[in-house]
Amino acid sequence: MATETAPPSPAPPQADERIRQVSGLSRLMARPELGAVVGAILVWVFFAIVAFENNFVSWATTAAILNRAAPLGILAIAVALLMIGGEFDLSIGSIVGFAGMTIMVLVTPADAGGFGWSLWPAILVALVVALVTGFFNGFLVISTKLPSFIITLATLFIFRGLTIALTRARTNRTQLGNLDEVEGFALADALFASQWEVFGARFRVAILWWIGLAAIATWILLRTRQGNWIFGSGGDANSARNVGVPVNRVKIALFMTTAFAAFLVAVIQAVQFTGADTLRGFQQEFEAIIAVVVGGTLLTGGYGSAIGAFFGALIFAMVQQGIIITGVDGDWFQVFVGGVLVIAVIFNNYIRQKAAAR
Amino acid sequence: MSNGTPLLEIRNVSKFFGSVIALQDVSAFVRAGEVTCLLGDNGAGKSTLIKVLSGVHKPSEGEYFFDGEQQEFESPRQALEMGIATVYQDLAMIPLMSVWRNFFLGSEPTKGWGPFRRYDSEFAKATTKSEMAKMGIDIRDPDQTVGTLSGGERQSVAIARAVYFGAKVLILDEPTAALGVKQAGVVLKYILQARNRGIGVIFITHNPHHAYPVADHFVILRRGTVYGDYTKAELPLEQLVQMMAGGADLEVLQHELEQASQEGGAEAEALAETADAIGSELEELGEKADEEA
Ligand SMILES: Nc1ncnc2c1ncn2[C@@H]1O[C@H](COP(=O)(O)OP(=O)(O)OP(=O)(O)O)[C@@H](O)[C@H]1O
Ligand SMILES: [Mg+2]
Repeated sequence: MATETAPPSPAPPQADERIRQVSGLSRLMARPELGAVVGAILVWVFFAIVAFENNFVSWATTAAILNRAAPLGILAIAVALLMIGGEFDLSIGSIVGFAGMTIMVLVTPADAGGFGWSLWPAILVALVVALVTGFFNGFLVISTKLPSFIITLATLFIFRGLTIALTRARTNRTQLGNLDEVEGFALADALFASQWEVFGARFRVAILWWIGLAAIATWILLRTRQGNWIFGSGGDANSARNVGVPVNRVKIALFMTTAFAAFLVAVIQAVQFTGADTLRGFQQEFEAIIAVVVGGTLLTGGYGSAIGAFFGALIFAMVQQGIIITGVDGDWFQVFVGGVLVIAVIFNNYIRQKAAAR
Repeated sequence: MSNGTPLLEIRNVSKFFGSVIALQDVSAFVRAGEVTCLLGDNGAGKSTLIKVLSGVHKPSEGEYFFDGEQQEFESPRQALEMGIATVYQDLAMIPLMSVWRNFFLGSEPTKGWGPFRRYDSEFAKATTKSEMAKMGIDIRDPDQTVGTLSGGERQSVAIARAVYFGAKVLILDEPTAALGVKQAGVVLKYILQARNRGIGVIFITHNPHHAYPVADHFVILRRGTVYGDYTKAELPLEQLVQMMAGGADLEVLQHELEQASQEGGAEAEALAETADAIGSELEELGEKADEEA
């Protein structure tokens, strides 16, 4: 028989001459969040110079920026996980509105058209409602195999429409308030809306939620097998499926995660403003996606980070706050945000190419 | 060489995609410690057959036996858990992920308990490097993304992964197709190595010169059906080459091309050259086969 059956020669255990010592710096360059971290520093320096007279470098401004960034960051971190997993969710803003109004309708006294519940059962129901909407999104995407962009564009309208229609049908209003008079408010206030004074500036507890979620999301992405599955599902769903990754379950779980983040923001905002509005969360899906993309996550999936989304949200809030305190006409804000998005994406691409070519 | 019962066997399997008949009445088997080679031209149904074997597609008709027992897989994961590992033509690897993350994708090692259960990345990195070294491939840096590996390196990561995870049957879909001569040789060596470890190997290719040195058994597919089923003793290389090159078919093609060249102008001349090239290639193949036989 003409077959050769020689055993393989064992690999020589010598150092590989094809690896050059790579400095810590260029290893850092390969991280997806690098662009956003550098960007955050640049934006801060920019406003520290331009808006120095307006007290940009102060505890009060810092607190205002962080308070602004926190809810956006909570959404962005969940959206980052979903986008790494290869999907989009345009409906989270609507889920914020839906979950918020669910709470308010349930706690509003019966004579005002509500159900007169106490706060915690209402929060629990809102959580379930949000998770169901997330499951619904994921299930539709998986079973129709249509792009999640289209599916969640549809549910953006469906959930918003349901929020307005149901609230109006039941209470005849589009805003509900007086949450602070509801039983259970004190605990909720402590958990979701309390503030700390540091050097005369007020920092909200949402900042801790934001940081905590960023830490958990980063842990999941980099240190658990589920994180590996998220990268795999987004990188190439078919290949991942072929090696046994439960891609459908991963994607549905990710849609439920973004819905959970929307629920959390809804609770924080309802408690903070002691009420909700059927339009709450409007366009927040876009702000979250901007924060995620600025944070270095690929729109096509399979690559990105939660820390990047964290800094993306921070940049967004700094720009917003910087414009407010410099007294530039607020009408220009959206132009500025669009500009920052374009610059950030170009910058990220450039960094990624440099990193790939190292 | 063992000649016991087949480790994996399909009987009269067909697979339809709507009106498309991708496989019709196909039977094949592999024994432990043997290499069954599946040959066939483009579109013959090789990849489809692989997907049936690996549990991606359910056969529309026919039976599937593993270790003597009839099986019906709901997912590739089930097949994988039984020890049927597949290296796909598209490699089932994620280009943007690092080598070690790819190596363990879907079967990640963990350590720790409860909420602190985590991906054991140190173990994964070290194992990836040592498993690759065992195959004689020295990956530079387990953190390198798979997208930046060479074709042969990528192929060997995929094979090393399957062997590491205790494959009893290893299914390889055209592992040598995109490789240079030397790298193809390396992959063929792994195939023999896997076979010598007692793994049953199903090796898909359309190159008879890659198939012949490693195979114990040939199944030739054409247009979704089994065109021939031979042991190595029954089939000299020359004949295999003839069958694969499409023997008669190719002569007809050459004829047609020549005819076209007589009718047309400059365009036809180019065709004639192609025809000549094919003719001489055919001769060369024949000579080569004679030499090796
Ligand atoms: N999901 C599908 N839906 C419809 N037709 C399919 C599907 N998968 C394969 N086919 C058809 O089945 C036939 C066999 O395809 P297959 O991919 O198995 O060929 P192959 O032998 O692997 O070819 P190659 O050598 O080019 O890889 C082709 O005609 C193909 O178009
Ligand atoms: Mg194929």
